[in-house]
Amino acid sequence: MYLVLEKRAERSHTIALVSPLVAIGLTIVTMSILFAIIGKNPVAALDAYFIAPLTDSYSLQEIAVKATPLVLIAIGLSLCYLANAWNIGAEGQFLIGAVAGSWIAVKTQGTDAGYWVLPAMLLLGAAAGALYGLIPAICKVRFGASEILTSLMLVYVADLFLDYLVRGPWRDPAGFNFPTTADFDPVATVPVLIEGSRLHLGAVIALVVVAAASVLLGRTIKGFEIRVVGAAPRAARFGGFNSNHLILLTFAISGGLAGLAGIIEVAGPVGHLQPGISPGYGFTAIIVAFLGRLNPIGILIAGLFLALTFIGGEQAQITMKIPLDVTKVFQGLLLFYVLACDSLILYRFRLIFPSRQVPRGTG
Amino acid sequence: MLDSTPAGLLPDETPLLQTVGLTKRYGSFLANDAIDIDIWPQQIHALLGENGAGKSTLVKAIYGLIQPSEGEMRWQGEPMVLSGPSEARAHGIGMVFQHFSLFDNLTVAENVALGLDGKESFKDMSARLKEVSNVYGLPLEPRREVWQLSVGERQRIEIVRALMQNPKFLILDEPTAVLTPQEADQLFIVLNRLKSEGRAILYISHKLEEVKRLCDTATILRGGRKVATCNPKAETAASLARMMVGADIKEVKIAAGRRTTVPRLVVNDLSLAPDDAHGVRLQHISLELKGGEILGIAGVAGNGQDEFFAALSGERLAKDPGTVVIDGIAAGHLSITQRRKLGAAFVPEERLGHGTAPRMKLSENALLTGHAASGMVQHGFVNTAATLSTVDRATESFDVRKAKRDPEAASLSGGNLQKFIVGREILRNPTVLVVSQPTWGVDAGAAAVIRQALLDLAASGAAVLVTSQDLDELTEITDRIAVMFHGHLSEPLATAEASREKLGLLMGGSSLEQKEAADVSGG
Repeated sequence: MYLVLEKRAERSHTIALVSPLVAIGLTIVTMSILFAIIGKNPVAALDAYFIAPLTDSYSLQEIAVKATPLVLIAIGLSLCYLANAWNIGAEGQFLIGAVAGSWIAVKTQGTDAGYWVLPAMLLLGAAAGALYGLIPAICKVRFGASEILTSLMLVYVADLFLDYLVRGPWRDPAGFNFPTTADFDPVATVPVLIEGSRLHLGAVIALVVVAAASVLLGRTIKGFEIRVVGAAPRAARFGGFNSNHLILLTFAISGGLAGLAGIIEVAGPVGHLQPGISPGYGFTAIIVAFLGRLNPIGILIAGLFLALTFIGGEQAQITMKIPLDVTKVFQGLLLFYVLACDSLILYRFRLIFPSRQVPRGTG
Repeated sequence: MLDSTPAGLLPDETPLLQTVGLTKRYGSFLANDAIDIDIWPQQIHALLGENGAGKSTLVKAIYGLIQPSEGEMRWQGEPMVLSGPSEARAHGIGMVFQHFSLFDNLTVAENVALGLDGKESFKDMSARLKEVSNVYGLPLEPRREVWQLSVGERQRIEIVRALMQNPKFLILDEPTAVLTPQEADQLFIVLNRLKSEGRAILYISHKLEEVKRLCDTATILRGGRKVATCNPKAETAASLARMMVGADIKEVKIAAGRRTTVPRLVVNDLSLAPDDAHGVRLQHISLELKGGEILGIAGVAGNGQDEFFAALSGERLAKDPGTVVIDGIAAGHLSITQRRKLGAAFVPEERLGHGTAPRMKLSENALLTGHAASGMVQHGFVNTAATLSTVDRATESFDVRKAKRDPEAASLSGGNLQKFIVGREILRNPTVLVVSQPTWGVDAGAAAVIRQALLDLAASGAAVLVTSQDLDELTEITDRIAVMFHGHLSEPLATAEASREKLGLLMGGSSLEQKEAADVSGG
């Protein structure tokens, strides 16, 4: 008796929906074992991770705050991945967007610049992210360079560039030599939705982007082009769709959304530019995109779930002294299991029993 | 083997290979249902059946590529269980696949060495390769790289590779599909010689005339079951076809064509360099196709047909707009979408992955080629009702059988998907249709529907260009036939005057050589 993977005639829509849940289940089982190994009570740890954050309104708002950049970035990434363009550098596009938007905030600091400042920051952040995303896309289209490598390497360029700015030219003179800009003026800050909370306008923008992506993918010819180019490149060319244009387009959109997320994060919850503005949003968003089935609504849900792991991880660190890095282990495991379970959309397991022998004639 | 009987004393009435109630199940689908087949030494045994009848499954089981779900195989009377092809080869079973498993950038000898489990040195092996190939009249130069070889030569490598293991039993899967009639005759000489040496041959084909000529026994499969074992020489092609299909095949009706005088598709001196190192260069191709006319392009696969299709469709663009003229408009520089807007339609050879996106619904695959010019897209938004209605109309007009209204393309059988693709294009009322291998791997019923559709389209005034390797098909539906060889296209012959011999010579490139000789002596 042995187990084989067998191709399905048609992709299983049930498995496509169930697969993320199975993956979450398997991740939780693995994490429980891990908690037990490091000597923590798995039940208490899981409670700290997944239940406690859902029980008070402050944590719930924080989840929405963390989910905002994740969802914005993951929506863009999903367009890339659907079109078979592998943007791994959203983290860099996020940082460049933050830097570019901050430039306006830094330059208008202390002046009586009006309400145009924030919209201009958001636009410039998005535009810079898009241009930064276009670098690997153009290298891919023009020279055939692997966009996976180039986009990833550009993350470190962006990271060090930001570091240079906040330690050098943009450092707050009154900041006790800490590597940070001065806090942004009110006109350069993303307004909060409810007085006294940290929930800000960015969450609304994220919802609008989710809706727009749904329409784009489900109803428009452009969305169809993106899906065909990824699913069947030769058929797409036969359909008259130019894959190079779509690589450029999806990289520009995803870079733009990552840049927008970056400037919203800096002009919102953080309030100034400093190193470490992202706990790896650009990379976690890759998990969000796949966990959400590259589907806008799915991404919204997955974004909230992964935001929960960030908040839960902080809770677990505070209450149970579980290292924060365990959160990254959790996210890595989750991506691993999602991709593994996804193979069951196109394949299925079958138990094979050795062939029954036909009764042999008595010779 | 545990056989204690000396080989020489085996009773004559024991078949070399026997399958007893061999069954292969994929989920609930029975690919092979209790098949009994006896293979005798010194016989060429035909395995006949439509696509999906279970021929490949049976052969894969015999060659150890898959495990039967039930039933048993006996080798010289003894039960045989094969864990893989190497075990099959160890028993003395050889196989020549329809799709070659050769590395283009390696030499002939290197490719053969990769397929052997042998322990002999590369030098000895090369020498033996040369010897075996000469003995059987299958000349090969061991040091040539495969990409330089013709399809016929590549097949020779596969056959010689199998023969080098001195098999008692050789399986050939549609070996003549890629050969010219003359090359096929050469192959039959080799096969008859192998037979006279006492070897058994299992010959898979759907070319019935060939089977009648060559084979001693025929087993016919239909829907996974064995329906008959017979002597093909005693049957007619029609009676064999009836057993394969289970019904009489409709003859296509040729309506009186409504010839227009204007040429609808003109190709002027089209030359195009290949876009990869192993592609074929198109050289000075010219043709003129009037409305109401069907022009066939014959030729052995890999002589530039794919490149020509790409140049006509606009998947590859020509520098000079005038090289391709669609309905009077120079279109050589226009994209495939713009050419569709001029009234052209295209059906490529590959159904899955080229003609359709396999994992997308039929409605989306209707949109794939219909977005250009049929009201399926308004202001950038897709009109889902329009795409679905195309699916419904194609389903109705072309008898597309499917499990639900709008399934994924990959879930349809080859014949039904091809009917959908042809239907999708014909429903757009094209004035020019370029179609490649319209009935390749399609069951006989669907093939008749498709051929009839092409005839009807031409009768309605469209120009139809059909590329096919099936000479019978071209003879049946075309008005003229041209032959493609090494990127050149011959002058078209009127179909009535295009004998198999003439076409075969052109397919082998001989008239070209004569022409070149004449050019040299004349210049």
